[in-house]
Amino acid sequence: MADVATPDPWGNALLALRLLAIDPGLGGLCIRARSGPVRDALPLPEAVRLHPAMGDDALFGGLDLTATLAAGRVVQRGGLLDRDGPLLLSMAERCARDMAAKLALHLDGTRRALILLDEGTEDQAPPATLTERLAFHVDLTDVAMAVAVVPPPAPLPTVANITTAPGRIAQIVAATEAFGIDSARAPTFALRAARAHAALMGRAAVTDDDISVACALTLAHRATRIPAPPEPEVEEQPDDAPPPDQDGADDNTTPENDSLQIPDELLLEAVRALIPDDLLARLAAQKARSGKGDGTGAARLGNRRGRPLPSRAGRLQDGARIDIAATLRTAAPWQTIRRAETGRIGLHIRTGDIQIRRFAETSDRVLIFAVDASGSAALARLAEAKGAVEILLTQAYARRDHVALIAFRGTDAETLLPPTRSLVQTKRRLAALPGGGGTPLAAGLDAALALGVQAKRRGMTPTLCLLTDGRANIARDGQPDRARAATDAQAAARLIRASGMDALVIDTGNRPSDALRQLASTLAAPYLPMPRADAARLSQAVGAALVP
Amino acid sequence: MTAPFPFSAIVAQEEMKLAMILTAIDPTIGGVLVFGDRGTGKSTAVRALAALLPPITVVQGCPVNSARTADVPDWATATTTLTEVPTPVIDLPLGASEDRVTGALDIERALARGEKAFQAGLLARANRGYLYIDEVNLLEDHIVDLLLDVAQSGVNVVERDGLSVRHAARFVLVGSGNPEEGELRPQLLDRFGLSVDVASPRDIDTRIEVIRRRDDYENDTTAFMLRWQAEDAAIRDRILTARTALKDLTTSEADLRDVAALCLALGSDGLRGELTLLKAARAYAAWLDDTALTRSHIRATATMALRHRLRRDPLDEAGSGARVGRILAETLG
Repeated sequence: MADVATPDPWGNALLALRLLAIDPGLGGLCIRARSGPVRDALPLPEAVRLHPAMGDDALFGGLDLTATLAAGRVVQRGGLLDRDGPLLLSMAERCARDMAAKLALHLDGTRRALILLDEGTEDQAPPATLTERLAFHVDLTDVAMAVAVVPPPAPLPTVANITTAPGRIAQIVAATEAFGIDSARAPTFALRAARAHAALMGRAAVTDDDISVACALTLAHRATRIPAPPEPEVEEQPDDAPPPDQDGADDNTTPENDSLQIPDELLLEAVRALIPDDLLARLAAQKARSGKGDGTGAARLGNRRGRPLPSRAGRLQDGARIDIAATLRTAAPWQTIRRAETGRIGLHIRTGDIQIRRFAETSDRVLIFAVDASGSAALARLAEAKGAVEILLTQAYARRDHVALIAFRGTDAETLLPPTRSLVQTKRRLAALPGGGGTPLAAGLDAALALGVQAKRRGMTPTLCLLTDGRANIARDGQPDRARAATDAQAAARLIRASGMDALVIDTGNRPSDALRQLASTLAAPYLPMPRADAARLSQAVGAALVP
Repeated sequence: MTAPFPFSAIVAQEEMKLAMILTAIDPTIGGVLVFGDRGTGKSTAVRALAALLPPITVVQGCPVNSARTADVPDWATATTTLTEVPTPVIDLPLGASEDRVTGALDIERALARGEKAFQAGLLARANRGYLYIDEVNLLEDHIVDLLLDVAQSGVNVVERDGLSVRHAARFVLVGSGNPEEGELRPQLLDRFGLSVDVASPRDIDTRIEVIRRRDDYENDTTAFMLRWQAEDAAIRDRILTARTALKDLTTSEADLRDVAALCLALGSDGLRGELTLLKAARAYAAWLDDTALTRSHIRATATMALRHRLRRDPLDEAGSGARVGRILAETLG
């Protein structure tokens, strides 16, 4: 079995699939991996395959018009969801929110397993509505071909009659608490997984080992914080005996069966081992994007381009395109009646039958704020810049723009917030933004460009809003060098201009800076010197400059 | 579908449970909106609601659950016998088409017999009952418009090709959603009488209890249902008693003044806030078996009745609930 102390994604994936086969009530498994030999090697169960572009007809079934007309009575056609077996959704990162919601509703009602194949890159992820309902998540991105060996299939035990000592639930809940997991689904899944694991191991009762394996598999990807190592167990149980040094070795703990020997620290250790190193860095991103199938971008209705939506009744006006098939389908049931009414044979189509095509377009604007938080921007200036950004946020909210926040100080730039519409989050991040250090202007611009390119790929239109005093003194490589810092910043600005991103430069320095004016002209951006920026004036200026 | 998790077995989440009970006592309050993070029991509570609702008397076979034979719409064929059925709680799935919501031509009869007949939709089935929308904030705009119209007038009108049908569609809207996934239009927000925010319990013992009950339920649903049936029945009886008590409940001039002052101080739009708050407070008093409305009842229900009616301040971190609480303390002391 998988040794939980070392991260072994492949072993975990196999184990998760086994547990899922034992107890479909575990909801399912999200597999993050590019399509390739490693993923193909996974012994996935026979499943009903779904893809994100599927319409409701295909999923839920509906009226089979051809058969209905031929038979003269209503013939219903079953949907894919009516078939038995687990569900498998490929390209899950492109699953739109509405489809996710429908699938979630279906899962809640039927308790069948769902396997998500997530091919997302960077910040794309399947909708949280779905991942929340699945017990497991494995990331196979870095698994080498050589590791991907499938053991021979073994018969599955049943999960019935596995006893669980009363204190086990407390153990699991304490662990979820320590990792800052709010959802009640997480500990429920951990408990079920522990039971399934005990069954897999041929045990009659859940042991410490089952608990730690289960927690590692079900909690690691949900963690929102990493508990400080010494603290949790001091609070929970003040026992003086130091925890035994062996970590989760399964054979040793088996005889202890029902006794609750596992120290909380070991349990936490097991989960912590599976938490990716960059968890904290990724949390920000996860928080902001949670809930959206973010491969999809923001949707807008149109009638020309984009992903097709269900057609709906409408009139043929300018630019509207008729959906012939849907129109015929709407008119079909009426034909007998209309023929009888008019006494005329042939096809009767009336205005009310006309169905108009609709498409989901994705082109929302995203405002990327790159805020200079260096020492030279001084604390008072930073406060003013924050105030300005806040007012702009309110306007962005009114316009339904997305906003993103980048801060640069010291030697590097940091993306505080990827594109989001959550103002509360933006405000919180902004308030927590510390000041001080050098001015790595080039790094800030690079980060903005990266974010802009990403946003563009998701169908949004990025606009950069740069707030700085322009006194760049940190070069791209992090070395303090004023001259090189300036040339690097110019180079970064040229790249941004080449990418076609709109920009706006706000000088927050005490005096207008020539260097910054030049930078603005390189960016082809309006330059707004704001020697004594008060937030309201700044926002007026930005508002005016942003009007197309 | 397995039996839904029993209402009385839901641990904590008192505000959400109270809101559901109040709307069951007085359906004219106008439904509940439950907003909260994932895994906090939103859907569980709404699905459990059905078991709490007292049965209603309907004309057998009537598609719109009419109470009297005189109310049966002329396009429907119904018997004349009266029968008792559970209060309908109808799920409105996100993907539902307009036809399915409002009702449309009965395709079977049209195709097979060339007859023009109306097939009732979800709105008809929800008449005199509840319409439940999970993930309400993801509902398509045109369905929202349709719901707003019907919820306001209480009548569903379908006009098409000489198919002219109108029927009563008075229902209580119950919605749940996750605020992270999108906002709700203010017009729709306003249609909900009460609004509650749910969060995971922060207390470890409560959380343990949540998991334990859920686990028991999943392991042996039948036994678990049996164990909680009596509790659910007790709540249902209390709701019925409260419904009767509601009629005799006295409301003083001072209470009306309090309610008006509160809504004025909060700057809530329209008069719907006042009316809902008054109804909710009265239902709460009846639930507690008190004979007169007092300030304590108003105080206890103000947040859920008004929180979603404030002008939204996008940068207000504390949320509207805290704002209501603050003004509540200032106005009523």
